[in-house]
Amino acid sequence: MNWEVIGSYLPLFWKAMLLTLRIGWIGIIFAILIGILCAIVRFYKIPVASQIAGVYIELFRNTPLLVQLFFLYFALPRIGIPIRADFCGALGLALLGGAYMAETFRSGLESVAKIQTESALSLGMNKSQVVTHIIFPQAFSVSVPSFVANIIFLLKETSVFSAISLMDLMFTAKDLIGLYYKTTECLTLLVVFYALILIPVSVLGDRLERRVRHAEFGN
Amino acid sequence: MPNLGIEVLFKGSNMARLLGGLWVSLRISLIAVGFSIGLGIPLGIVMTSKSPVIKVITRLYLEVVRIMPQMVLLFLVFFGTTRAFGWNLNAEVASVIVFSFWGCAEMADLVRGAFISIPKHQYESAKALGMNSFLVFSVIILPQTLRRLLPLSINLVTRMIKTTSLVMMIGVVEVLKVGQQIIEANRTSSPNAAFGVYGTVLLLYFIGCWPISMLSKYLEKKWNKS
Amino acid sequence: MSVNKKEEIIRVDHITKRYDENSVLEDFSLSVYEGEVVVIVGPSGCGKSTILRIMNGLEPIQKGEVTYRGEKVDGKLGSITRIREKVGMVFQSYELFPHKTILQNVMLSPVLVQKRDRKEVREEALQLLARVGLLEKKDNYPRQLSGGQKQRVAIVRALAMHPEVLLFDEVTAALDPEMVREVLDVLLSLAKEGKTMVIVTHEMSFAKAIADRVIFLDGGHLEEEGTATEFFEHPKTERAKQFLNTFTYAKVEREE
Repeated sequence: MNWEVIGSYLPLFWKAMLLTLRIGWIGIIFAILIGILCAIVRFYKIPVASQIAGVYIELFRNTPLLVQLFFLYFALPRIGIPIRADFCGALGLALLGGAYMAETFRSGLESVAKIQTESALSLGMNKSQVVTHIIFPQAFSVSVPSFVANIIFLLKETSVFSAISLMDLMFTAKDLIGLYYKTTECLTLLVVFYALILIPVSVLGDRLERRVRHAEFGN
Repeated sequence: MPNLGIEVLFKGSNMARLLGGLWVSLRISLIAVGFSIGLGIPLGIVMTSKSPVIKVITRLYLEVVRIMPQMVLLFLVFFGTTRAFGWNLNAEVASVIVFSFWGCAEMADLVRGAFISIPKHQYESAKALGMNSFLVFSVIILPQTLRRLLPLSINLVTRMIKTTSLVMMIGVVEVLKVGQQIIEANRTSSPNAAFGVYGTVLLLYFIGCWPISMLSKYLEKKWNKS
Repeated sequence: MSVNKKEEIIRVDHITKRYDENSVLEDFSLSVYEGEVVVIVGPSGCGKSTILRIMNGLEPIQKGEVTYRGEKVDGKLGSITRIREKVGMVFQSYELFPHKTILQNVMLSPVLVQKRDRKEVREEALQLLARVGLLEKKDNYPRQLSGGQKQRVAIVRALAMHPEVLLFDEVTAALDPEMVREVLDVLLSLAKEGKTMVIVTHEMSFAKAIADRVIFLDGGHLEEEGTATEFFEHPKTERAKQFLNTFTYAKVEREE
């Protein structure tokens, strides 16, 4: 291991990580929004919208992100829809994540028993009060473990961004290995930087899970 | 209506080549699934052990797999082994190693989860009926475990198939790579081939994974109702 | 009966309720008067719980109507929520809100629905919790409580809304035997205060002790109606005799 090499590569990897994080978080935030929307549409069985959401969810859950990105990035411009690489990365991640989040939130909503709604109604609450005070908070705490798993999954999936020539961590590592054969240093940095992204998320996720479990189970 | 470049697929042996590429991806996932099941089940049973040493080691293994992108693992094995041992590892072998390493962890965790989810009463009531440990395990515990396990492990298969798309990034010529080659070769005659070819690849993955996902959902609903 | 002179609070009038093809209630009528304790008994699946659910607007009905103090309860959202405020209901499965503490469970609806002063509601909630002996549990979550404790909280939660009538749907059916008492004692003390209540229960000795009027329901029909003594000592109909017999018979068999 050559520490000098590591030192000189550090800024490159740092820059690459910031790119991954920027696109990753934008994608994830939109994934959550899409997921909430689709989950509600599916849960309340809103006609037409529910079917469209269903097709979307199945399509994106059953194809790899890499192929989705290839399609968005290389195929869409051919029919007159050009798309920027970073925008394409965020969009692909949002669409993939939206499909996963939708299933997570929907099963959360379904886990709240009907009689909980009835008991809230019998206390005189109206429908929107029932939704905001009783159904959503419970559905959310049930969804948390799967929600956290989705976030980690999506952050890991960002590692395919290099396929559409985004200069992310994988791209940087591969580039430097190809140019200078500093394989050990590059692979070490690669692992360290992904750990840097994912360990804090994993720890925070665990803490969040424990907190909602506290609320739900009382200890 | 713009030219969607679908005609490329019907030129010469293009479709056959694409399907051949798909077979490469499938082959990698099937072999890896085989290893994952074969190694993951015993490992999962070992993981139900209360020994702190086993707990720490397996936890560490699971965490590495949980946190590291499969892409990074592929790079580590593919480029790393060349460096460390001077092996010139075939990209396909490297892929099988990585996916087995990953799948085995997932499988083991599923197995462990399935076993500890069986309530203690089930063991006790079976013993109370005079069954010996072997009978308790094979007649009572195993079938219940399998019911919990099967839908989830089928789900793992679809994830495995989807993840094999990554192997093109270390140079395995699979369906996506073949698609890329076809597009390159027909660049002048069909400039829009990218649409038809990548659309087809997307569809092929969907056709491969969707029925398996549906099966998994169906089994889960059927068995986990009561 | 003297209670008849008092004001009528809830009336279900010639109602028919069907699930798919099966009729659960057929042309059933019942009036509940102020200060009265009505106990509904009958075999499982006879439609007892459905009556309570209909009184609280939780079940659509095919025929008939429900009136609350002479006002028709229809599907219109505004009127139904207003009436539900006045009609408290306690469920067999407690249905506390698992994501809220005991005190929050009790305070939620008075503050949210009735827009009452938070401080005043809190004061009252604490008093009510103290009354059922659960003051020290106020900051716990429902999961930390036993079934009997949860059910007492559920009663307090309904009381905090100042309902004019309380509906109890088999509130002890899910409880361990030793916890039944602590819940029924709360109901008895409410009856002593003169609260209007409609109770569905399988606890016959309790029914006998608390009821002003017993309604015996079988197959969706009102089979017999009378005071507790009339019904339990001298049942008039063959069905009621059979029903009460099954109870004693069951007891004998258990002791064997």
